[in-house]
Amino acid sequence: MKYYDKLIFELSKEGRKGYTLPENRMKEYALTALPDGLKRADVPELPEVSEFDVVRHYTNISNKNFGVDTGFYPLGSCTMKYNPKINEEICSLPAFTGLHPLQPAVTAQGALEVYYNLSRALAEIAGLAEFTLNPFAGAHGELTGLMIMRQYHIKRGDLKRTKVIVPDSAHGTNPASAAVCGLTVVEVKSKPDGRIDVDDLKPLLDDTIAGIMMTNPNTLGLFETEVLEIAKLVHGCGGLLYYDGANLNPLLGKCRPGDMGFDIMHINLHKTFSTPHGGGGPGSGPVGVAKALVDYLPNPQVRKADDGTFYLHRSEDSLGRISGFIGNFGVMMRAYTYILSLGKEYIKYVGPLATLNANYIKESLKDCYYLPIESVCKHEFVFDGLKDKSTGVTTLDVAKRLLDYGYHAPTIYFPLLFHQSIMIEPTETESLETLDEFIEVMRKVAKEAIECPDEVKTAPHNTPVRRLDETTAAKHPILRYRDLAH
Amino acid sequence: MNYKYFPHTEADIRHMLERIGVRSLDELYADVPESVLLKRDYDLPSSLSETEIRDYFRRLGEKNRSLTIFAGAGAYDHYAPSVISQLISRAEFLTAYTPYQPEISQGTLQYIFEFQSMISELTGLECTNASMYDGTTAAAEAMLMAVAAGKKKNRVLISATVHPNTLEVVSTYAKFHGVQLDVIPACDGVTDKGAMEQMLEAGDVAGVIVCSPNKYGIIEDFTGFADAIHAKKGLFIVLADPSALAVLKTPAEWGADIACGDGQTLGMPLNYGGPYVGYLSCTKDLVRKLPGRIVGATTDVDGKRAFVLTLQAREQHIRREKANSNICSNQSLMALYVTIYMALMGKQGLREVNEMSYSGAHYLYERLLGTGKFEVLYDRPFLKEFTLRSLLPVEAVQQKLLDNGIFGGIEVEKGCLSFCVTEKRTKEEIDKLVAVIEEV
Repeated sequence: MKYYDKLIFELSKEGRKGYTLPENRMKEYALTALPDGLKRADVPELPEVSEFDVVRHYTNISNKNFGVDTGFYPLGSCTMKYNPKINEEICSLPAFTGLHPLQPAVTAQGALEVYYNLSRALAEIAGLAEFTLNPFAGAHGELTGLMIMRQYHIKRGDLKRTKVIVPDSAHGTNPASAAVCGLTVVEVKSKPDGRIDVDDLKPLLDDTIAGIMMTNPNTLGLFETEVLEIAKLVHGCGGLLYYDGANLNPLLGKCRPGDMGFDIMHINLHKTFSTPHGGGGPGSGPVGVAKALVDYLPNPQVRKADDGTFYLHRSEDSLGRISGFIGNFGVMMRAYTYILSLGKEYIKYVGPLATLNANYIKESLKDCYYLPIESVCKHEFVFDGLKDKSTGVTTLDVAKRLLDYGYHAPTIYFPLLFHQSIMIEPTETESLETLDEFIEVMRKVAKEAIECPDEVKTAPHNTPVRRLDETTAAKHPILRYRDLAH
Repeated sequence: MNYKYFPHTEADIRHMLERIGVRSLDELYADVPESVLLKRDYDLPSSLSETEIRDYFRRLGEKNRSLTIFAGAGAYDHYAPSVISQLISRAEFLTAYTPYQPEISQGTLQYIFEFQSMISELTGLECTNASMYDGTTAAAEAMLMAVAAGKKKNRVLISATVHPNTLEVVSTYAKFHGVQLDVIPACDGVTDKGAMEQMLEAGDVAGVIVCSPNKYGIIEDFTGFADAIHAKKGLFIVLADPSALAVLKTPAEWGADIACGDGQTLGMPLNYGGPYVGYLSCTKDLVRKLPGRIVGATTDVDGKRAFVLTLQAREQHIRREKANSNICSNQSLMALYVTIYMALMGKQGLREVNEMSYSGAHYLYERLLGTGKFEVLYDRPFLKEFTLRSLLPVEAVQQKLLDNGIFGGIEVEKGCLSFCVTEKRTKEEIDKLVAVIEEV
């Protein structure tokens, strides 16, 4: 296939069009009547292209992309599982996509039932009382969850609780969400075995602590074995426990955050519940809470009346509104379809099979990649680069070489606990054959690092473009077509 | 365990367990405290086949009512060309993650660059990020930007004419972030400039947020706003409907530092409120305060033009608690949606959409006044949305419209109803609405 690198603007030709509109039959009311002072002076330089130009252009650039449907995508902490096609069909049903978000609840009962039923299913899976589906993404869910945590303390008049404990292995969004929420971050260290150091935690616990944010299994893919002790300690000091649901997938069918003592959590529907990542979004980040926190959930809340109808409720104690309407409804349709497809009979295998796949890769590669913590993992695990460090081949090089072999790279240089982190998460939807082929390629790259390191250090070689000059991109940002040299 | 999304055979599982050195799947969870292990099935419905799923959602869909939309208030019923949904369904776009590996993500990176370019054309501001969740959170992020840029300043002003949901979201973020958010009163349906100038006096304002067209649908005149705000070293933030910016004075022309809003007006389905796509643009001076992903142009080692996520030193995964925003993802696929929309409509189509909406809205406005059941609330210029004082009880109007399959007449303030007409509404539909009102 011919390499294609045009921008849509470069196809533009004056007078071409890609749309049809009906005739304006009320044109006696003409826009020209608006005062000149309210109109823009120039015409925006949008492209002028035919419909077929558009179709071919976006089809061609799609060929330069790699998705889950293209190949194995072992991106750690991102849960790149198969995105079922029926989900797409269901979320496109006109009976739902045509609904205006402000139309009366009585005319949107089907949509509200989807919202309500999905929130109940998530509550059962999480072991919590209620869920809001309003947050748009995982980080938005974190922020909402922390707002709930603060609202709880504020409503009790306990105003000095402004600190939140975050482990050093946490996702970057945890401390960032805390800061946006007006909380001060206190870091708790990990032990050499990768778990939270309870002895380091204890002295941090006092009456200024709003709570702790935990990811379990943590970003090393390790189950926090002392979670019950941690819950007891944090609750004992008056704090709440927040569960970062980014790593929920391996727990499906096995255990529930609510049962471990967590009070608040978010779920990434685009990870655990199979909705597509869409090149970065839209996601959805529902937030669940224990019973005592239900009134603090963001407005509006979807409730079920005694007569079985659904309505939007505004809670006076709510933290407020965090979204224009009730969240990314289209994403909820997909996630609910997924849950109904698997049902209680099959959803329970998601966790164990994801864990099986991760451990299988780990055990098959630990002789050529350095495994810093020897332990059964959950859905993912982290290597600290190649075992043989003498070649000078870095984690970045390995990642780029994998692209040549038709794989997306794992997550690299995260978590920050190691210098050469390679974080691998296969998910439950990958077959033994796919894993074996990936293992073989990973071994081959390790061998190449010794035998022909330059081949690896200059990878990728077969991709649509090769390594990019990121320094110049940041030093002299060109962020729009107008600023490109033509 | 035999389900279509799980490729594992019994033999596969045995082989894999053996390699790992455990005897059972349960043993992989031996480190989980016994007391929290779930020893039952979830209390969830049983697995449904595809046929059953289709039936189930068809029945649920029948519980919704398909209405003719004459309402806006933050979500607008514009025409969507057929091409868009087909193209964004391509798995290469749909099933990709954030473009962390640019060598195999040029498709995503390129359309985000196009999105940034087109939104910058509409707002007139040089820098646009890779999109935000929605317009309301984009406004909240703009407030956080202003506070971050304003160093020690911690007060932001917001006009009372901003859409109420946006005002609520910005207030929530302000409350928890510790920003003092003060509302500038409205005067005759628009932001009270005199009141704003007084509120700026103390010199402690980091930013001012206004909106046009505003919650009444009125196109506001911001003459003199930028000078007044900049004189007090604040940032001028304009919330604007990007579709309308094809014809209306741009935030850049008003002298704004930041523009934000919701891209839903660019042909996106109503979708019961989401997913939509927020946008956020700013001047070059502020680019290092801009939250979220940003795509820049560069070259690869062979000199080929290419695109990459850039200026990442701003972001949460690098700055952690020192970041100005916690946003990690964007609404990438929705950014693609509106990019394709803007490409198809082009400079002429977007203008026509506004002309038709203007015509229809002004026709309806005249006809409604002609019924004698409404009167002018504010005599101000508008585009596709307007608000009238109802002389009838508002519930009666709304109910009568609903009974006739029409959703319109949102109560913007006590006794006052807003209506919206897009290019999708035909003259017959408008005439029908008027006829229904005549009967109330």
